[in-house]
Amino acid sequence: MHFASYIFIGFVLALVTLYYVLPKKTQWPLLLLGSYVFYYYAGWKCLLYILAVTVITYVAGLLISKNKMQADAKIADMKAREKARSQLVKDDPTFAESTEEPVDKTARKLYKEKQKKKRRHIMAVGIILALLILAVVKYTDFTIHNINSILSVFKISKRISFLNIALPMGLSFYTFQAVGYVIDVYRDRHEAQKNFFKYALFVSFFPQLVQGPISRYGDLSRELYTPHDFSGRVVARGLERVIWGFFKKLVIADRILPAVKVMIETPENYKGMFVFMVMMFYALELYADFTGGIDITIGIAEMLAIPVKENFERPFFSKNIAEYWRRWHITMGTWFTDYIFYPISVSGPMLKLSKWSRKHLPEKMGKRVPVYLASFVVWFATGIWHGASWNFIVWGLGNFVVIMISQELEPLYAKFHKKVNTERNALTSTSYKTFQVGRTVLLMSALRLFDCYRDVPMTFKMFGTLFTTWNWNLLSSNAMLQLGINRADYVILGIGTLVLIIVSIIGRSGSVRDKMEKKLPMPLRWGAFTILVMIILVFGAYGEGYDAAQFIYNQF
Amino acid sequence: MDELIEILQEIHPDVDYETATNLVDGKILDSFDIISLVSEIADRFDVVVSAEYMIPENFNSAQALWSLIEKLQDEE
Repeated sequence: MHFASYIFIGFVLALVTLYYVLPKKTQWPLLLLGSYVFYYYAGWKCLLYILAVTVITYVAGLLISKNKMQADAKIADMKAREKARSQLVKDDPTFAESTEEPVDKTARKLYKEKQKKKRRHIMAVGIILALLILAVVKYTDFTIHNINSILSVFKISKRISFLNIALPMGLSFYTFQAVGYVIDVYRDRHEAQKNFFKYALFVSFFPQLVQGPISRYGDLSRELYTPHDFSGRVVARGLERVIWGFFKKLVIADRILPAVKVMIETPENYKGMFVFMVMMFYALELYADFTGGIDITIGIAEMLAIPVKENFERPFFSKNIAEYWRRWHITMGTWFTDYIFYPISVSGPMLKLSKWSRKHLPEKMGKRVPVYLASFVVWFATGIWHGASWNFIVWGLGNFVVIMISQELEPLYAKFHKKVNTERNALTSTSYKTFQVGRTVLLMSALRLFDCYRDVPMTFKMFGTLFTTWNWNLLSSNAMLQLGINRADYVILGIGTLVLIIVSIIGRSGSVRDKMEKKLPMPLRWGAFTILVMIILVFGAYGEGYDAAQFIYNQF
Repeated sequence: MDELIEILQEIHPDVDYETATNLVDGKILDSFDIISLVSEIADRFDVVVSAEYMIPENFNSAQALWSLIEKLQDEE
């Protein structure tokens, strides 16, 4: 059930209506039912995967929580006995010799550590089992492909057959969400959810099942199970966000898609200037597609009075790539930071390495070695999470290299800023900020070429043609009109992009919908959104037999 | 506490750590800074700040971080 389909719109309308019409106690069970119906549409086999991940992580969470409760009770008891004993010893010093089993701090600490280790083991088993499903489904064929390549290098004729397992929709997203839950229960951020069905809803909550955001149980559970009264304002605000999402997806992303497709499917015909066009067009397409999808997700959740974490914060206004990644796909970034980067960075071996490198290497480099090593792992994981192929791995590591270089160049930047005061007046300040934003857009777009061409040598080759094939003169010819989009498409795209940028700029100082609510009377506001709906209907990328393109992030 | 402020100043010398209460939420400290901080703390105070304690609340101010170090020292 595609977000941009009539059946999905009908499904959401029916669900939201039932949600507020039926008794409040049926709200969360209805959402669970709806989520499973939504998922069933992707194929009944998909249900097996989500059920398996749900059961594994539910049991793991429950066992960890149970152990923690029992351990806490026993530790409290030990403390009480310790206190009582010290009181008795104080009253009667001979008592200490008469008791055989003194309860002391060391025994308590040992017990505490033993139980924590037990919980860590349960967590590890839960995580490994859940990730095993993801690994088998998503990465087996990639592994087989690499083994076959190695066999061919050594001229061994034997080949392993591919499993060709279809990737279930949203597997990477809900697996990460469920794994995060188990770690958070272990870290005592919250207790385990005892009700299996409530937990199943957390894993399968349908708006975010397809492309995130990757929610934390502590955030999502606050409102997920709470009964909600109908509020016209809440539903209307959610609807406004959904409409804005459809505008981005249908008017911008899907309209520019044919041109991107043409240029990347036959790269030999589109070198030089066209590679630059791929960079720019794909940046726009991906941004409009992914943020549009997230707007629809958050908007639907808002209509149900369930707040979901924001996933973007105007990433293209970032001054460098590190900042860009703090503002793009935020929930994935924080997931990797909290559950991979931090644990690796402060693990025993890493702290030992840190100590060693600071002793044996120059001070600054010594401090950075462990951080860079952990970053390398995170970016490798980020790359392979996006897809089981080398182009995504190289893309991830490309991000790592750029971030590392920019960290290393910090002293140079500082020297530059000392000599050239970019903040000396409004003009220099704006110019420098514009330069930084332009640099971010160019760097990110260049790295995304790995995502476009899906082939590492081809990507390098095509990027190289930017400097070797000087065909910018084609811009004045009709070449740009031979890409599957016509003049009218360019006009719509130009205006649509301008609207996108203006809304982004307005949004820098707070929510645009809040501002509209404060400044515009209701009829005007509704008028604006009605016009937006009309624009989507008239200028959305439809046509005879048109089928809205799948959201790009669905494949991950 | 003074030693902790010294470590913090090595990372960002221009911040007033006596008064700042939004070091993480205000994006003054990023994840790289936090890792440098944790390894310095391990070195100088002999306590390991494990990943479960690496949440904004514990790093938003020098005082919060100092309380965490004291808590961890107490547990050792």
